[in-house]
Amino acid sequence: MLRPSVVAELAKIVGGQHVHSGPAELIAYSFDGTFQQRVPDLAVSPGSTDEVAAILRIADRDGVPVIARGAGTNLAGATIPVSGGIVLGLARMNRIREIDMANMVAVVEPGVITAQLQAAVERHGLFYPPDPASMNQCTIGGNVACNSGGPRCLKYGVTKDYVLGLTVVLANGEVLRLGGKLFKNVTGYQLAQLLVGSEGTLGVIVDIVLRLRPLPRVQSTAAAIFARLEDAARTVPAIVSAGILPVALELMDGTTISVVEDYLGAGLPREAEAMLILEQDGSEPSLVARDVAQMAEICRAHGACEVRAATEPVERDRLWRARRAVAAALGRRTPNRLSEDVAVPPAQLPAMIRRVREIGAEHKLLIPVFGHAGDGNLHPNVLFDAREPDVLSRVEAAAAAILQAALDLGGTLSGEHGIGTLKREFLAADLGSTAVSLMREIKRSFDPKGLLNPHKVFPEASEPGVGFLAGLPSLAMLE
Amino acid sequence: MPASTPPAEREGLLAAQYENMLRCIRCGLCLSVCPTYQQTFDESESPRGRIAMTRALVEGHLDFSADLWEHQASCLLCEACTAICPSGVRMEDIGVAVRASLRPELRPSPLASALRRLVFDGLFADMANLRRAAGLARLLRSSGLATVAERTGLLNRLGLSRLQALLPAMRAGFVIPKGQRWPPHGVLRRRVALFAGCAMSTAFSGVTQATLRALVANGCLVIAPKGQGCCGALHLHEGELDGARELARRNVEAFRAPDIDAIVVNAAGCGAALKHYGRLLADDARYARRAADFAAKVKDVHELLVSDGLRPPGRLDVRVTYQEPCHLAHAQGIREAPRSILRAIPGLRLIEMDEPTMCCGSAGIYNVTHPQMADELLRRKVASVLATGAEIVASANPGCMLQLEAGLRASGARVAVKHVIELLDEAYRVGDPAEA
Repeated sequence: MLRPSVVAELAKIVGGQHVHSGPAELIAYSFDGTFQQRVPDLAVSPGSTDEVAAILRIADRDGVPVIARGAGTNLAGATIPVSGGIVLGLARMNRIREIDMANMVAVVEPGVITAQLQAAVERHGLFYPPDPASMNQCTIGGNVACNSGGPRCLKYGVTKDYVLGLTVVLANGEVLRLGGKLFKNVTGYQLAQLLVGSEGTLGVIVDIVLRLRPLPRVQSTAAAIFARLEDAARTVPAIVSAGILPVALELMDGTTISVVEDYLGAGLPREAEAMLILEQDGSEPSLVARDVAQMAEICRAHGACEVRAATEPVERDRLWRARRAVAAALGRRTPNRLSEDVAVPPAQLPAMIRRVREIGAEHKLLIPVFGHAGDGNLHPNVLFDAREPDVLSRVEAAAAAILQAALDLGGTLSGEHGIGTLKREFLAADLGSTAVSLMREIKRSFDPKGLLNPHKVFPEASEPGVGFLAGLPSLAMLE
Repeated sequence: MPASTPPAEREGLLAAQYENMLRCIRCGLCLSVCPTYQQTFDESESPRGRIAMTRALVEGHLDFSADLWEHQASCLLCEACTAICPSGVRMEDIGVAVRASLRPELRPSPLASALRRLVFDGLFADMANLRRAAGLARLLRSSGLATVAERTGLLNRLGLSRLQALLPAMRAGFVIPKGQRWPPHGVLRRRVALFAGCAMSTAFSGVTQATLRALVANGCLVIAPKGQGCCGALHLHEGELDGARELARRNVEAFRAPDIDAIVVNAAGCGAALKHYGRLLADDARYARRAADFAAKVKDVHELLVSDGLRPPGRLDVRVTYQEPCHLAHAQGIREAPRSILRAIPGLRLIEMDEPTMCCGSAGIYNVTHPQMADELLRRKVASVLATGAEIVASANPGCMLQLEAGLRASGARVAVKHVIELLDEAYRVGDPAEA
């Protein structure tokens, strides 16, 4: 509970209408894109860097946790206020402050919606490639905090590759400007880069300088249909090692296709065990067409029964709409799901997919697989109904097995969603104790009191006998 | 008519929506189209946030509180969220259940209760009373008394100046359904029954008369069954379920003639309400089937005319922009038909506005109960209209038209507000139409 005098102080800073303290209002700030939930002590929506700094000074003074939040669509629990505290809603800070064509950069506030930035720069013939599936809802600030990816990252790189500078408010309220409109910068340790992907645990990001690229003039898309998932999996490293770098190489397995078809009726091939979406972009139509043709041939050589070219824009839109609809479609299949985000070396894709199928069969769970096959980043989704007796322990076992399988193949726990609360327990298994120790030191340097998004990223002493799923924050735990 | 529901039934209303609420996967797509969220960037004013609150209420993690009611009541019920939701959440159903369940917790003053009963039971539930009130308003308007009252501040002191701003100039005679039949011009293509509505038959009777002419010109035999009344949307949206059901039953009875192909409605809000009568009366053993049959016959006038092939209209050289009523675009999924009609008029240039489906803030009586948010949304809408340079903004719902008129008048702009069918009617009456 926050003292009324503190709430009044905060109201003076942001304006009374931007302080959310009612019991129902706190519920509105208690969730994220997963099934986790915890009510904060307060939520505030600041409108400026100064307001954020003032809020953090008060939090520092009184030892109150602060949890920064964009659109709350993250998939790992990163914005859940696990021990209460203040949720800092950054959605009001949503201006694109500058599109600087001479320097090929955009300067944005953290609450700018990713797709809106993309549309705005595209009007100027520029390009901001990172395209997480939630791009119509998620914010740049959130993207930076999680180092978000998306299909186009295979060719163009992830969010981190576009962050040239940041303004961050530190735990004590100090405002720090890092980097700038600079394409090359080796002056001292690159703190801005450290902050990207730090999931709100090192500072609150209030301004971002993003590099832009020229907008590719053409794109060409095709869908390759496979009767066997194994064949699709083997095609991916074959394409990569043929020297083609497509802008997207996405996989949807049979279960995923069928769930999306139920929901969208987009004409996806239900009988297929796998579908690859292949796309190339560029400035030279003949080169783009050549790459797509070459990819199509590789697909056929690896057993694709059909390769459909999306010759009309409406066909291309339909394919991408289907791909981006996967999350919603899966949500209709079962009431609960656990979304994994493992990343393995691309050549290990077939082995990873094989393991996921084995794990699903072993634990009698439906685990559709889809994702960014080209860069080895897969999203196995464990589907379940939490009301089913004893299902949670099976889900936990399956999730742990998936993560372990990725580690065994030289992979890592998360390619783009982040660790949040969901994967804390496995951090040392992936990174080793030395690396985790160094990270804890860094965290302590930035946030000695441990107020910035506590209980995230780092493992905590867990209760014996309580599985990692059952130990995650929910409202029910408070009763 | 009972004004409150017993507690057990109330809990049942919310519990019945639980599966609906569970569909929300918190993807946040709804935030991008929710007017109250776009104005505040506050999650408690978003559909996703409202669902979380209601779910917590049903699950027992939340008790009734003032802020719970505030954020639920501030929802426009515009259904933009429902339209975009990839998971199939139906927000209006949740909103109505919340209002029906929670309103008794508000404990309004006796005066406020009496006023509510007057409006809901005395006015909207009784067409004769509504016509008397509308007649009085027209008299006040045309006699200049209303203007005098406004200028002397009398209306302000009575708290009625906002209402006065929302009254249209009413010139045409009321359309009073008494079983009249209007034969078609030329070959008979359809037999339709006209839903005359309350606002559309009084304050906007000119539009309804234009609707009659347009239907007749397109080969429709039009019947206006007697005994019909208000569609009940207002009652429904305020959580007055008993009242809404009584009005629904009355309309189902009035339109029971078997030989009609369609029940035509020219107000988006009414059309949406009528199309949902099957759900509203699903638990009524006597009426469930008839209500479903009724609902299946309801057609918005634009979708009817376009589906049958529009008789070519004459020329109107005007620049028009189209404001999409929420209950046409979102609740009924009708977006193309009104545009097709406008585009079919030679000389008419249709200019699209930004955010054409963003609610204008009218939302039933929302602009009276939530004037601040309604004004913010209206300003946003007026800016979109003016940016098009159009001389006419066309719409298809009385509430929207009143709201737009008030906003454009306040901005001093010389932009006329017309119903799409009024423009069609004007185009028919202009000169020789092209070969039919």
